[in-house]
This record gives sequence, C-alpha cells and structure tokens, in this order.
Amino acid sequence: MKKIPLKKTPLYDAHVRLNGKIVDFGGWNLPVQYSGITDEHNAARNAAGIFDVSHMGELEVEGPQAEEFLNYLVTNNVAKLVNGRALYAAMCRENGKIVDDLIIYRLKERSYLIVVNAANIEKDFAWAESIARNYDVSLRNASDQYGQIAIQGPKALKILQKLCTDSLEDIGVFFAKRLSVAGIEALVARTGYTGEDGFEIYCQSKDAMQIWDSAIDEGAPHGLKPCGLGARDTLRLEAALMLYGNDIDESTHPLEAGLGWVVKWKKGDFSGRDFLVEAKENGLKRTLRGLKVDGKMIPRIGYEVLDSSEIVCGKVTSGTLSPTLGYPIALAYLPAEIQDGEKVLVKIRNKTIAAEIVPTPFYRRKK
Amino acid sequence: MSEKFPEELRYTDDHEWASVSENIATIGITHHAQDALGEVVFVDLPESGKELSKGDTFGAVESIKAVSDLYSPISGKVIEINSVLSDEPGNVNADPYGDAWMVKIEVSDTAELEELMDVAAYKNLVDSL
Repeated sequence: MKKIPLKKTPLYDAHVRLNGKIVDFGGWNLPVQYSGITDEHNAARNAAGIFDVSHMGELEVEGPQAEEFLNYLVTNNVAKLVNGRALYAAMCRENGKIVDDLIIYRLKERSYLIVVNAANIEKDFAWAESIARNYDVSLRNASDQYGQIAIQGPKALKILQKLCTDSLEDIGVFFAKRLSVAGIEALVARTGYTGEDGFEIYCQSKDAMQIWDSAIDEGAPHGLKPCGLGARDTLRLEAALMLYGNDIDESTHPLEAGLGWVVKWKKGDFSGRDFLVEAKENGLKRTLRGLKVDGKMIPRIGYEVLDSSEIVCGKVTSGTLSPTLGYPIALAYLPAEIQDGEKVLVKIRNKTIAAEIVPTPFYRRKK
Repeated sequence: MSEKFPEELRYTDDHEWASVSENIATIGITHHAQDALGEVVFVDLPESGKELSKGDTFGAVESIKAVSDLYSPISGKVIEINSVLSDEPGNVNADPYGDAWMVKIEVSDTAELEELMDVAAYKNLVDSL
C-alpha cells in the first residue's frame, strides 16, 4: 500500500516543542493532547485554551453573484449578512443530505470566506464548483494559505486583547474584524467550537507561529493552555456542536440533526430544499438526541441504543465521559416519538447500561 | 513514574504484564499500554471467582480516546480484583505496575507461563511499534 505522507500545519513545530502527542487525524499530523485531555478541557472551561485549527479549509468566494450563489449553496440565509458578519449553515446535496457544515463570513460586499471541515475540503470545493458554474462568481480553495488559531474560554477576551490595540469587546458573537494581532494582520472572529466565549483567528500560514507563541506567552500566566484534538472533542460534545463524520454526514439531513434553525425556507430556492420540505411535511422519523448515561463506561460511536423493550432503536454518533459534568454523555439518532426524560439502554460491549434522554446542549456556560 | 520495563515481570503482546508468585499471577497493563491510552477514566474488571482461559477477555480499560480490552495472559480462576481502581482509575497511569494491578489469578496450568515474553522480548516489541 502506498503511504501518503501526513500533512503538517504551520504550527507543527510548536506541537512538538510543547510535547504534544501527535496522531494521524484524517491525514494531518495534529496533537491529540499535550498535558492531558481533562486538564486541557478544564483550562478552556475555567480560563482559556488555545487550539491549532489550521487544518480547517478556507474557500474564498468573490463576484457580482456571490450572494446569490451562496444562498443557493447553503441552507441559511446569506442575504442577511452585513460586512463583518458570520453565519453557520449546512451545505446539502440536492437530495437534502449534508455535504458539510460550515461558517460563512461576509468580508465585504461580494466577498466571502467559507470555512469548512478539513476532511471535506476537496469534496466541498468540487461540489461548490459544480454549483458556481451557474453564477458569475469566482471560487478559490485557499486552504493551504491560511493558518487558523482558536482561543476559547472565559479569559479568551482578556488574553487576546493583550495582543491587539483594537478593542475586541466591540466584536459581537458571530462577527469578525480585520485587525492586528501581535503585529500580524488577521481576521479575528468571535466564534468557536467549545461552548465558551472565544475567538478564531485567521492569518497567513507563515504568520501563525508568531500569533501562537505570543498568545501562549501572554496567556500562560492567566491559565491558558494548549489544547489538542481530545479536548476539542469533549468540549464540543458537551456543547452539542456537530462533528461531521460522526453526528452528521451524507446519510443525515439538517432537520433530523437538529439544525432546522439554519434552514431558511423563505429565502428562496437552495440545494436540497425540495427534499427538506417533503421531510418536514412528512414529519421526522428520527432526530439526534442527547443521552445521559449511567456509570462510567463511555458510549462510543456505533454503539446500539435499545428502547425499553430492548429493541435496537438507534446508534450512538458521539460519546464521551463529560469532564465538566462527570458522567457519560452521548448523541444518538432515535425515533422522533421518544420524549426527553424517557429511559433507554445503551449497549456498551457486553453490557446494557441505562440512559436518560436529556435536552441538549449538555453544558451551557454561565453568561 | 515507575520504570517502564520491570525486569522481573512477564509480558503479552497485548501489553499486559504478569507477576507470578507460587501459583498466583498478578495481572495489569504495561507502561506502554497506559501511555498509548492516555488518561484512564474507567477500568472494567470481572467478578472474583470467574474462570478464565488464556486469551479470554476479562475486562476493559477506557480512556476518553479509546477503549482497550484486557486479555488474560494465562488460564485460571480470578481470586481477587483491585476494587480501588473503580474509584481511582488514574492509578493505571500513575503506577501501572504497582497500585494499578488489576486481578489476581490462581494459575491452572503453570506451563503456560513459559509462553509469556520476558522483558527483553517485550522491549523489542514496543521498540518495533
């Protein structure tokens, strides 16, 4: 078998220097942890965490019909965006199934940045290109030129502010601003994947290391810690944020995934609309639900969920032992008629463990 | 951190260790195994009295990252389990060859012990990974 060399982000040397445990993450050399998943998780919840997310993809869209193109491409309403505003959306095939979930930033009039999942960059670009043919737009895969760093947690604002002369407090949630970070020109967005307040910083690849090192120097005395993929996953799962490939993929659609809030029916036509209208009218057969699981064993992807008569009624898509809550949590697609508070069973290896259907997110930060 | 490859132990290619005294084998997982798993959050152990054949799954060790089955290095009866691990799973990381022993097995066929790896063979295995 031909071995494909793993890709490195511009921060690879920092991960090695910080004793990160490097793993193959979908073809990328990335740290699964540095000091330990729980320690990093708690840092992001109680102080701040810094994450290398440079593997994420960036697609640039420009042109007279950029807005019309994007509004057909994704489920949310891009026409609502003003300059410096971002939105989360699903991108669906014509059959309503999810190609990817993504964030779109309106940089200026007729100019947008789409941020997509690393594992989907080529697929997303190919799909977007096939739609772009019908519009007067240019679409560019600029993923290799971007570094991306997330700083998340209650002290994220305070720490990042030390590196910036412009006020960050003025940047509202899901807004972004071009400004100087540690002397580097960057796009600073108040977005994240942890359930905490925080920022995602987009810069040129070559500049990522300077921002990373400066943030760690300023942040470490305030409890900022580098966080790996392990903590990224436990943090996002407590906040019930979707992980593409686990909770959503091309066998799921946005309505059953609980992403109905980013599907805008009144904006006009979009890819997948007809299917989703029909799915909505017929009523959802299954929905993605939260499970609070007894004991300490971790319900993992693919494990079966059984109803009260011990018949298989769904499968776990993500699960962990929640570091913040201290008990196992999971997401699973289950029959829509199952209510919050109902009891089910999760098959964990040779045991059946009791679980309760609970509302998500599992964790909500105190404002 | 305790030493990574204690001389006096016997090892399996599934990264368990066994310490044998008379006909009682004490079993745990190796330094390498706990390091590969990361922070252990749960240890699933059998009931005392369970009869095991060599290679049987007798439990599991879970970290946030992964779950790893435990395979018995030898045949015999479980005579004691380390119940402290249910409250202190982190012992597996802190002291894999000491506080984090998992089960004691009354060995039914001491000849099987000869099939386990010595420290040199196990060290070669880990170095080759």
